[in-house]
This record gives sequence, structure tokens and C-alpha cells, in this order.
Amino acid sequence: MFAVEMRKLLRRPRTWVTLVLLAGLPAIVAIFLKVTEVGPRPGEGPPFLSAVLNNGALLPAAALALVLPIFLPVAVAVVAGDSIAGEAQQGTLRYLLVRPVSRTKLLWVKLSVVAIFIVMAVVFVAGTSYLLGMQLFGVHPVPSVSGPVLPADDAGLRIVLTVSYVAWSMLGVAAVALFLSTFTDSPLAAALGALAVLIASQVLDVLDAAASIRPYLPTRYWLAFVDLFREPIFWRNIQRGVALQAVYVAVLLAAAWANFASKDVTS
Amino acid sequence: MTSVIRTEGLTKRYAGGVLAVDGLNLDVPQGERYGFLGPNGSGKTTTVRMLLGLVYPSAGRVELLGHPMPRAAKHALPRVGALVEGPAFVPHLSGRVNLSLIDQAGPGGGRRTRKTRVDGVLEQVGLDAIGARPVKAYSLGMRQRLGLAAALLRAPELLVLDEPTNGLDPAGIREVRDLLTALNEQGTTVFLSSHLLAEVEALCTSAAIVHRGRLVEQARVDDLLVPTGRLRVTTPQTQLACDVVAATGTAHVLEVDGSVLIVQLDGLAASDLNARLVQGGVAVDELVVERPTLEDVFLDRTGESVHSVEADAEADVLEVGRVRG
Repeated sequence: MFAVEMRKLLRRPRTWVTLVLLAGLPAIVAIFLKVTEVGPRPGEGPPFLSAVLNNGALLPAAALALVLPIFLPVAVAVVAGDSIAGEAQQGTLRYLLVRPVSRTKLLWVKLSVVAIFIVMAVVFVAGTSYLLGMQLFGVHPVPSVSGPVLPADDAGLRIVLTVSYVAWSMLGVAAVALFLSTFTDSPLAAALGALAVLIASQVLDVLDAAASIRPYLPTRYWLAFVDLFREPIFWRNIQRGVALQAVYVAVLLAAAWANFASKDVTS
Repeated sequence: MTSVIRTEGLTKRYAGGVLAVDGLNLDVPQGERYGFLGPNGSGKTTTVRMLLGLVYPSAGRVELLGHPMPRAAKHALPRVGALVEGPAFVPHLSGRVNLSLIDQAGPGGGRRTRKTRVDGVLEQVGLDAIGARPVKAYSLGMRQRLGLAAALLRAPELLVLDEPTNGLDPAGIREVRDLLTALNEQGTTVFLSSHLLAEVEALCTSAAIVHRGRLVEQARVDDLLVPTGRLRVTTPQTQLACDVVAATGTAHVLEVDGSVLIVQLDGLAASDLNARLVQGGVAVDELVVERPTLEDVFLDRTGESVHSVEADAEADVLEVGRVRG
């Protein structure tokens, strides 16, 4: 069953278009930087971008920071929102279930495929921007956000940690979209619903009056991956981010399963 | 005889309070071609969905191939092929790839024999020449055939088909009917849900009639279509014929319409009356034992026309439009 869903994901033109678009934005930004050599002043604009002009090795981190607020969540919400609702709208859900594929298994497989898509997307963005950064700006020893230069093999490890952290954050988005996907027969509604949740979270995050709930907002620790480039690594927010996403994923998946396993499939 | 489908008091009340199916007791014996007949909106599709474990009953029980549904779905469903409310496929993939994905999704059926199976069912439904075109380029009839092909993939013991000839041209309908008859003769039980009386009459050996979610009749088609005891006699000599009929003492003429006499036999054999007519010098053009159609049976049992649910018929048209789009 997993192989079936992977075949569907990989054979879908949308998957590849999404990946290209995701990698496209950081590439455009990098090319502008190279041509004009006008970088944002340090401390302004997206994280790492000011440092990229001097060091292409930081472009993967800058690229992830660029796509993280909107692009990446949109892509993940579309794919995850499609998982059950898309099958329902297409009418293929009933045929999968009478094949039979158990509802629990179908949900797991869909989640796994979305997780794989997330990893593909994040790795693709990081990989293409690493190659591009190397070409445009050259690779030098990476200075940490805190000042001292990071050892070379250490920098690679930190990029891997960043990729994993961003992917894990996106799994939270996927869980919201998958949960909504079991309630509606419209993949669009599921994807937009998930985005609405994220936008609400981002709005509340900058609102001082909502400070009491801030630590529980799903988007709160997304950009904490910047802390991976401090020397030494500042783990506190990273740990909180990982734990918070884990709770969101667990609760939403349980709710998605409870709904999907007990619902009448009338699509 | 063993039952492949048995329901007891099957009831479905949807969340909105709509009572779609109300205390249905069905019994489909093995080896039958069973017609499940009712107008649009009579609860046919909800019943089919409950048989297959897609919709959960509010009350009552379903047994499919001896297994309780939906609890033992994983034991029963691999032996069942289904077509529910129109076929559905991934639109940008070809029919062949779609079938291969469906085949791969279910239990049983190894990878090495997959191509053989897919080619086999495509040939069975007459789609072996479709090539690599994506399903979105198919006509409604071709999709219907592909849906049937998907249902046949595991050589199922039971076929549950909801309106299988929808969208097919007359030649296609005939082919599907021949295919289903052939499969049935090889031992497959066919459960065919339809609002088309003629289709059920032409194909089925047993039939159930549902109306507003309730079972109004369940019997062998031969028993439903017993002669009415009336005879239609066509002759140019109507007056003479009337006299002969009157002289029998038992039979009598109900109606004369042009050159056609409707005769109530009242126990007299048709052959007997024929002999007397000829002996009495009446030239007979045609002599027909009147049998009811399923439509007559339906009207008689429900007091309503099959085509009475206009709103639902419109909904069907919309459904077709959506599938095409």
C-alpha cells in the first residue's frame, strides 16, 4: 500500500512543480544578491541572508528561512490536505476501502507519504541552494551567529540538524491538514483550513496581549533553527519546538484516526 | 443453498435524521443474478455502501460471504468485486496504471502476475486496445468498463454492482450483460443494483424491490412475472371470436380494442381456447399469453411510478456532469 501511494505521489506532476517552485524563490533571491551585491544589513531581513554574500555555505540555511513562513507550509498543507479529502473528491476513496485497505492503515500510509514529501522538499531546497551558493558566492568556513568560526564538519552537521528540525516542524502542519482532510471532501478546504490555523498562530505570536499562550503556538519555535548556528548550540528553544510539534502531531493524528475510522464514507 | 449476502433489520438513519434504509431483510443465495431494484433515492446506494462496510448501519446486521460486516471486512472484501455509484480513477494516469495501482493496493495477488491480471480484465471488458491515454480522456462508457475491470481483478466470488450499465450505448449494455451472464455461469454471484426495470428483467434471476428504504418484494423473477391469466387475441373477425369465447362458459372477453380482444381465461388453457377459435372458423393473427413486466409489478406493489422522483433524477445528471468534468 505504501508503494502504491508513493507511486501516486511521484507520478503526480504537481509534486515536481511544487519542488521546483520551492527551490525557485531562494534561487531568485540569491541571484539578485549576486547581481546587485546589496545585502540586507546584518540583523535585518531574513536570517543569514546578510552573511550569504560573503559565504555561499550559508545559503541553505537562508533558503530554509525564506520558504519557512509561507511557501513550505503552503506546499505541505496542499499535499497533506489532499490525502483523504482528495481521494474522497475523486471518488477513489471508496474503491481503496473496498479493496480492502483498512482505514487505519490508509491514514498511516498517507501520513508517511506526506512525511516523505516534506523530507524531499526540505532536502531539495537545502541541496539546490547549497550548490547555488557554492557557485555564486564560494564556500568559506562558516562563522557562527555568536561570532567564533564553526569547524567545517560541524557546519555540515548543523545543516543536517536544521533540515531535520524544519522537516519536523512541517510535520505539525501536515498533521493539521491531515486532520481536516478526514472531515471534508474538499482538499482545498483542508489545505486552506490548515493555513488559516498557521496564520492565526503567527498573528497571535506577535501580539503581546496573547503572550500567555505564546509558548503553545504551533509556529512559535519554527525559526528556532537559527540557534543551531550559535556556538555553543542554544538548545532550549529547539527542544521546546520539537516537543511542541510532537504533541500537536500526536493529538491531531489521534483525532484524525478517531474521526476517519468511525465515519460513514458517502463520497 | 448458502447465502452470500444476508441482512437482518438493516437500518440507516443519517446524522440529519433522514431514514435512508428501514429494516431491510435481504437474502441473496449463491449463484444468483440478483436485481436490487428501486427508484432513485430509495436507499439502494446506502444499502450497497453498508454491505461493503463504507457506511455503518444504525441498526441491524450484515453478513457478507458468511462474515459479519463491517467487522470482518478484511476476510470478506477480498472475495468481492464492487462498482459503487460510478467508477472513479486517478484522472491523469492511464487505465492500465490505475488498474495496476488498485491491484497493488489490495491483499493477495503478487507483483509478477499483476500484468497478466490487468491485461486479462481489460480484455474481458473489451478495453484491451486503450493504450496509454489518461483516464480523463475516456468517455463515460469507457470509464464504466474500466470500473467493471477493476471489480473483476481478483476473480471475485461476488460482484456488487451499482448501476453498471450507466453511460453505455445499447451495444455496450448488451456486452456487459453477456459478460455478467458468462461470469455467473462460471459461479460468480451477481448483485446488481439498478433503477432500470428492463435491465433487471433482462439479466436477473431473482429480484428485490425497495421503496423508500423498505423492502416491498423479494422473489425469483419467474415468480414475479407469472402470467396474469389474460390472453391477447388479434383477429380480423372480432365479433365471431367474441361469440366463441362466450360459448366456452368459463372464459370471457374483458375488452375489445380494434382487432384485439383481451380475454380473461379463468382456468381455461390458452391452447384450449386457441383450438376452439380455430374450430369456430376464427382466423387468428396473434395469440399472446399476457405476462406482467417488472414495471407492472413495481407499480402494483408500490402504487408509484419508477420515474416519480424527479429531483433525484436531476441530481443524477449533475453527478454525471461532475464525473465527466
